[in-house]
Amino acid sequence: MTENPLRKYLRKGALPHFFCSGCGAAQTLNYFVRAADSINLDFDKLVAIGGVGCTARIPIYLDAEVLHGVHGRTLPWATGINLHKPELKVVIFAGDGDAAAIGGNHLIQAARRNLDVTVILVNNLNFAMTGGQVSPTTPAELKTSTTPYGNPEKPFDLCKLVIAAGATFVSRWSTAKPMRAIKAIKGALQHAGFSMVEIVCQCPTYFGRKAISSGEPIKVLEWIKDCSVTEKEAQKLTDEELSGFFVLGDFVNKEKPVFEGSSVNYRKEGE
Amino acid sequence: MQTQADSKRILTGTHFMLGNWAVAEGALAAGCNFFAGYPITPANEISERMSERMPQVDGSFLQAEDELCAVYALSGAALAGAKVMTATASAGYNYMQEGIGYAIASEIPMVIVDVQRCRGENFATQSDVMQMRWGASGDHEMIVLAPSSVQESFDLTIRAFNLAEKYRSVAVVMSETTIALMREKLVIPDAQNIDIINRQKPSVPPGEFIPFRAEKNGVPPLPEFGEGYRIIHSLNPHDEWGGIAWEPDVFEKLYDRITGKITNNLDDIIQTEGFFLDDANIALIAYGSETRPCLEAVRHARDNGIKAGLLKLITVWPVAEKQIRAVAGQVDTVLSVEMNIGKYAHEVERVCCGYCKVGRVTKNRGMIHTTAEIYRALEEVAK
Repeated sequence: MTENPLRKYLRKGALPHFFCSGCGAAQTLNYFVRAADSINLDFDKLVAIGGVGCTARIPIYLDAEVLHGVHGRTLPWATGINLHKPELKVVIFAGDGDAAAIGGNHLIQAARRNLDVTVILVNNLNFAMTGGQVSPTTPAELKTSTTPYGNPEKPFDLCKLVIAAGATFVSRWSTAKPMRAIKAIKGALQHAGFSMVEIVCQCPTYFGRKAISSGEPIKVLEWIKDCSVTEKEAQKLTDEELSGFFVLGDFVNKEKPVFEGSSVNYRKEGE
Repeated sequence: MQTQADSKRILTGTHFMLGNWAVAEGALAAGCNFFAGYPITPANEISERMSERMPQVDGSFLQAEDELCAVYALSGAALAGAKVMTATASAGYNYMQEGIGYAIASEIPMVIVDVQRCRGENFATQSDVMQMRWGASGDHEMIVLAPSSVQESFDLTIRAFNLAEKYRSVAVVMSETTIALMREKLVIPDAQNIDIINRQKPSVPPGEFIPFRAEKNGVPPLPEFGEGYRIIHSLNPHDEWGGIAWEPDVFEKLYDRITGKITNNLDDIIQTEGFFLDDANIALIAYGSETRPCLEAVRHARDNGIKAGLLKLITVWPVAEKQIRAVAGQVDTVLSVEMNIGKYAHEVERVCCGYCKVGRVTKNRGMIHTTAEIYRALEEVAK
């Protein structure tokens, strides 16, 4: 039997993976290696970072330098790596808990600095690893393990957040749009500066069962599809009409000086 | 790997310097090339000095958005090959505990400076001595060094770097407001007279390297990111190959090794200094700034015929059990002197138990003990 040509990017002995069947985070791993393969990314110079949670497990399967195991501090790690050894490619796999809850401040500060890092935000709309609790990106009114009467809060739009903070490459796609997601990841990997690709994805085990009463991966995926609009479609809708929808698109792609730390100005002063 | 310090970084000569600056210069002499910090009094002079000095030696300075960012930026930079330090003060150290626990469990060398403060401001205290030891989650050992002067702030910062690098762990310089904001004479030696230890790197290529298999002292070599070793660095229990594994045997073996790095090398890590102990029948045991009035009180006691001595703990953690017990076996009474409600006294009492009487001399009002206060305590015992 011939081996899948993308298998070479995965750590030997790492499979089978631990994701539930039908999990969108596992699909994102697939998207990443496809995108990396298309640009011949050097895995010797790749540092793949995960915090804590289901998404954070993605880097464990990659045959790269890996940092893992602390909730929300992925961007500080990246900042240290980047400042000391800017030639490394740093990619963060963050869930909505890591990025929007416990690590929210780090996310916006890194975007503000235009840190040269790629954040692949796997937004499964809940805290999946801990049993499906509400997260800052859970849509309003939906039920989760800790919102048995419906979510009383409005969700965070993380793309808008990082754009406002100064991010220079921002896209949102979903696991219902795999080719667009792969293309966006490829663009992010080639971008110099802070890039974030949000991938809205299905968590059938917890989000599906609690929020939309189905643990079927396809049904959750269809629900995401039904709740998605393009950027163009969104322009015709009011904020109220857009509530509960995911706006998909490539929102920002611009060049700005990347963060190099304080020695830049020291060198300038010396000139 | 032992080398000599880099002369460009070292301000060889005699100075009249602030304690916080001496820490910064010690870090530079030790080869620090990455500093991240978050503003907090009374540690700010360290950050300010490092912000000026790091770019001069091709190092990086980051003012982080909070203490957590600072301590994790150290982890990232250290794994990318840097020698790293942060500086904070008591309340800031609380925040860093998470990242300190991570660095110990993931065996990432780093130096943390805690300039202890109390009353929410820069008043004198030694009240962090227990949070240093037990604050981080998970089972672990700590290396904590307590300077008692500006000179020791410089010397012990270098030592902290050497121990952090040698044992792939966190080493803390436990400073105090008293020392940090004091100006004193500081002698910085020539580069060739400063011994520097850098982390052991792998001697075999990536394919043959087993990343968490210990070589000497229980310490595995540490390559840097980008050298092709492709290691998983995780807080989760991991086997010798770095694979995350939940088996109890793996967990136990890993933590036995990580704690064993410290507990099996006590003679290398622990430093103490004795004063007038040879014929003493009362001994003071103290650390940090408190050793200064202690020594004066001991001298005064000797002048007045009281056979007092002082055991100064330079290494506060791990506990110098052997040295404390030797003193306890010789004297009638040990007095544990501290600027807090009596915390390290628990250790002194534990170690001395069954050997001699133990008393406490504590002060917790944001001020260092006076010589007279300690002398009175000695006098009381000598009665």
